[in-house]
Amino acid sequence: MLPRPFEIRARRPELADCVTLEMAAVDGQPLGFAPGQFTMLYVHGVGEIAISISGDPTASDTLTQTIRSVGAVSNAVCDLQEGQMIGVRGPLGTAWPVERAIDKHLMVVAGGLGLAPTRPIIYWALANRDRLKSIDIVYGTRSPEQILYAQQLLGWSTTDGVRVGVTVDRAGHDWTGRVGLVTDLVPAMLRDPAETVAMVCGPEIMMRFAAQALADAGMPEHDIHVSMERNMKCGIGWCGHCQLGPHLICRDGPVFPYPAVRDLMTVWEL
Amino acid sequence: MADSKFKSMADILAAHPLFAGLDPKITDLLAGCATNAHFLDGTYLFKADGPADTFYLLRSGEVALELHLPGRGRLTVETVHPGHVVGASWILPPYRWRFDARAVGTVRATGIDAACLRNKCDADPGMGYQVMQRFLPIVAERLQSTRLRLLDLYAPPAEVGRAL
Repeated sequence: MLPRPFEIRARRPELADCVTLEMAAVDGQPLGFAPGQFTMLYVHGVGEIAISISGDPTASDTLTQTIRSVGAVSNAVCDLQEGQMIGVRGPLGTAWPVERAIDKHLMVVAGGLGLAPTRPIIYWALANRDRLKSIDIVYGTRSPEQILYAQQLLGWSTTDGVRVGVTVDRAGHDWTGRVGLVTDLVPAMLRDPAETVAMVCGPEIMMRFAAQALADAGMPEHDIHVSMERNMKCGIGWCGHCQLGPHLICRDGPVFPYPAVRDLMTVWEL
Repeated sequence: MADSKFKSMADILAAHPLFAGLDPKITDLLAGCATNAHFLDGTYLFKADGPADTFYLLRSGEVALELHLPGRGRLTVETVHPGHVVGASWILPPYRWRFDARAVGTVRATGIDAACLRNKCDADPGMGYQVMQRFLPIVAERLQSTRLRLLDLYAPPAEVGRAL
């Protein structure tokens, strides 16, 4: 599976170490993806990394991805400028089961950069608002300065039928919002546990406790979905680098029903 | 004819999640220690190292628990929201607050005289046990929340898999 050449059409700094790239296929064939899927981004001569797609699934002519600069390859991706080329394989992996939220309350729980892989759900939900009972976005991050897509969160919070709850782990005196763990905010925003579908993405410990909080509040576990992260290399289930128990995250995930991975979350060295 | 909208202090206490479902005899006793409290935006419910003589059941508004760090100013370590409790240091000696509690927006609360409540708990250990059963989960939840935040979950990860 060869990378397809894409051109960087726009580069938008998000946080101090985080950039959003908008890319377009050189051959003009749109990528097309479902919320939750990822691509392998290849910087020529440097290497390849798995990155979740964070754009609007209906805007298929543009591939939008938010990347945090944490190592050699992601640094190189973040350094790319408008007009430069990048290789793309994908879309890969499983999708958020957004259709299950129709006629129900949708709760998106995101932590840190976990908002990026869940943003396509939010775009989808806003486009299908009349088919959902409500949309609740619960977001936790490190500090007010680390809030991803801050302007969008603000905009969504003023949209009919949408509630946005933001909490940070620590803040200065000038922050008037909530300070505390995202898992504390989850039960406070849950409307009707039996009629809710939840999509959870963030650091694995955060997902574990958030999913537990949802289940403790009365949500059926099969209505909770999580996006797992492991060391993906091939992206198509060949190399085994991203094995998690019986699953290969790149092939069987990254999105899983919570019951499929719940017990694996507490197993050491998986 | 009594105003049907009038709520006694025992009713107010029974309606708060902390004491909801408690034996009415106990909420009647607790009501003797309770008063209504009101704080304007930016004023302090209490300050660190002050005597933990009154804690608050929050009915509306938000409260920021803060600590002043020399050279860094005031930092908010947690916010408390309606339906929750402001202050736990009244339970154990030396009965002194550990943090400042600042009203964010107008705060309406029920203040509980801590010495009064401790005396009633001492006099009736059965009641004291039930009151502590209501407080212990709050303390445990805050401990767990604090421990998880100590992990700094959102710190930049090593470059593995999806770059969250």
